[in-house]
Amino acid sequence: MRALAVDRVASWLPELGWRDWLASPEVGRPVAVFGRNAGDGRVELTAVLDHGVDGLAVVATRVAAGVPQPSLAAAAPGLAGFEREIHEQCGIAYVGHPWLKPVRAQGADSAAAMDAYPYYAVEGKPVHEVAVGPVHAGVIEPGSFRFQCHGERVLHLEIQLGYQHRGVERLLLAKAPGGLERAVPLVETVAGDSSVAHAIAFCLALEAQEPVSAEVALSRGILLELERVGIHLAGLSGMAADIAHLQAAAGYGRLRTVVINASMRLCGSRFGRGGVRPGACGYALDAEGRAGLANAIATLKHDLPAIDERFFGDLAVRRRFVGVGVLDMKRATEIGMVGLCARASGVRVDQRIGGIYEQFPLPSTTAATGDCWAREWLRMREIHESLAWLARVLEGQPGWARGPRTAFSPGRSRLCVGVAEGCRGEVVYALETDAAGDVVQVKVQDPSFRNWMGLQVAVRDNEIADFPICNKSFDLSYCGHDL
Amino acid sequence: MTTPLVVLADLAAFALGPILAVGVIQRTRSVWAGRRGPPILQPWFDLQRLVRKTAVYGHTATAIFRVAPWVGLAAAIAGGVVVPILGVAPLLSFPLDFVWLAYAWGLGRAALMLGALDTGSAFEGMGAAREATFATLVEPALFLVFGALSLLTGQHALAGLLAVQPTSGGDVFVWGASVAALTVVVLIEGARLPADDPATHLELTMVHEVMVLDHSGPELAAIQATAALKLALGIGMLAALLNPWSGDQGAIGLALGCNLALSLGLAVAIGSMESLAARLATRDVPRYLLGAVIAGGVALLGTLWQGAA
Repeated sequence: MRALAVDRVASWLPELGWRDWLASPEVGRPVAVFGRNAGDGRVELTAVLDHGVDGLAVVATRVAAGVPQPSLAAAAPGLAGFEREIHEQCGIAYVGHPWLKPVRAQGADSAAAMDAYPYYAVEGKPVHEVAVGPVHAGVIEPGSFRFQCHGERVLHLEIQLGYQHRGVERLLLAKAPGGLERAVPLVETVAGDSSVAHAIAFCLALEAQEPVSAEVALSRGILLELERVGIHLAGLSGMAADIAHLQAAAGYGRLRTVVINASMRLCGSRFGRGGVRPGACGYALDAEGRAGLANAIATLKHDLPAIDERFFGDLAVRRRFVGVGVLDMKRATEIGMVGLCARASGVRVDQRIGGIYEQFPLPSTTAATGDCWAREWLRMREIHESLAWLARVLEGQPGWARGPRTAFSPGRSRLCVGVAEGCRGEVVYALETDAAGDVVQVKVQDPSFRNWMGLQVAVRDNEIADFPICNKSFDLSYCGHDL
Repeated sequence: MTTPLVVLADLAAFALGPILAVGVIQRTRSVWAGRRGPPILQPWFDLQRLVRKTAVYGHTATAIFRVAPWVGLAAAIAGGVVVPILGVAPLLSFPLDFVWLAYAWGLGRAALMLGALDTGSAFEGMGAAREATFATLVEPALFLVFGALSLLTGQHALAGLLAVQPTSGGDVFVWGASVAALTVVVLIEGARLPADDPATHLELTMVHEVMVLDHSGPELAAIQATAALKLALGIGMLAALLNPWSGDQGAIGLALGCNLALSLGLAVAIGSMESLAARLATRDVPRYLLGAVIAGGVALLGTLWQGAA
């Protein structure tokens, strides 16, 4: 949970310097890169960089609109997605970009654009193509998956998303004149299963000028960790169902209900909606609430080990997961993976530092192998770590009352960034104001935007029948990507 | 000997067996998962619901697609008449009728595969390819078992083969290997775990399920009835092989009761196995099927030992 507010005027770099800066790995990991049509014939490009424990930094530059820019994606593949988005949103043509295709359908002719989408194709008689989606057999979100296969072996997978584009950034911008603090309910629906993480990142950006009290931070941390436990349990349950491991599917699924019901008792929503608000505690914690939460944690701590043992101790499960869908550390770093999927490949990226995590540290575990097994094992570990953390912060906690709704303004000529570690990774919100103090840009970034590329790379050379478990082990959000 | 009473009992088993087999397996799975589960007769209600619906057809589907489910059902019934489902006597018995059974079911499978290919869907093509691969691998296992049992018993009709009563150690050896091989064959024919998962929603992992994705209404009902009937007949066959009074005309009641109890036990065993085992990776399925072929081969070689002893 981190926030940063910088003076917009002080962060400009010359165009060339900016490019060099971004392409060199020692300046820090790019967390988000985005653009904005300034309206004066120029496009403002902003990069949020992560310096680890030293915090976040922002660098920005201005380029002329309509002038092609050299692409950095070949040197730094992690930037490829950002360049595609800037190309789509600001019309900048990137020269030398490997695959400058649309990110999400935007504009009036979006349906036609999606139909005419140029999928990558592998030539050759023995190669066959399998198209999955955008409408799937289960009740899941739409996404189009195009496989190039040789027999059962996947040579290449291309994932095309964007079917759920709702124009979230535009909607948020439209809400700004009336006070962005009213936009939290909208933010909570950007990615429904990461409602809490999105709300926290948004509030952090909004409050970047005046950080909130430890009590408020704690109230958010509790909901965030509950959300993580709930979604990880759902992930494990789904993974078990995908390989027809009935008992783990039923067991993890049952415990997920315990967790999300605990969330509901705290703030009235099983997804933690309404529990986070700018500047104050979104829900009250009294003795009864604390006891209920402690009860839920006790239930989980009691029941989980038996299910874990049955699932992770099963040789058949090991056989299905080990060595399947491998994303090694080098690739994961290159792509710019974040969150659990990065940590499962040995990349230590975790935004659970600062804020409440400074007072109550949470160990960040990594796995080395980057396969389905590593991702599932890490899910299980993170559940236990979050539960232990929750138990620790609740100890002797006197509780708090629900706070009043407060009006917040990011200030004049500011760029405010909020970052929270959701169950999938870092959720980033950036708010930009002009000299008059009006919000001119709201940038939203879900971790799924960075991670879908990892799935495409990980399934190569696996058998196509293993794609569902690879997909489920990454457990990415469609609507979080599509915005 | 086939008395009218046995014929009636067999017909009843043909009608009720498939529903009960699937119902019991589902209920067993529910219990293992800690749920109450659907009624035992749920498969029957599902069939009724499907029959009431109108079928929907894709643009590329031709008459093959419409006919395939009915060919499959007809083939399953036609092949099934030689199976002593209750361990007493089949509806029909003639020398080498097990060849009839194998290829009648093979015809049904071919029809289903053609129907799947007829949709022009990549999924269904993939499912048909997997089905063909698996079928190719289980067919030798089936014939090795029948061959071994035929050598052991000196019988040439399915009912006679399954009525084998192992007496010596060599008999038990052949019999045991046959039971193992036939179990795998039955699980494959019934599209059950660990090679296939009837409960999955993942198109890319399906085998049998994906071939029937485009079917709907009464035709889907026909396909589900076919799968259930083959499963029930398979369970009946296994029960007859295990049943110590199988085909014993002097103790029809005992043979029938024992077969019913064994069938129920087998359905519960399949349900339990499905609840406790995870599904195999597709790359491991051929190895699993090869195990059945090897068991069949061992049974056949065992008869040589039997002959020498």
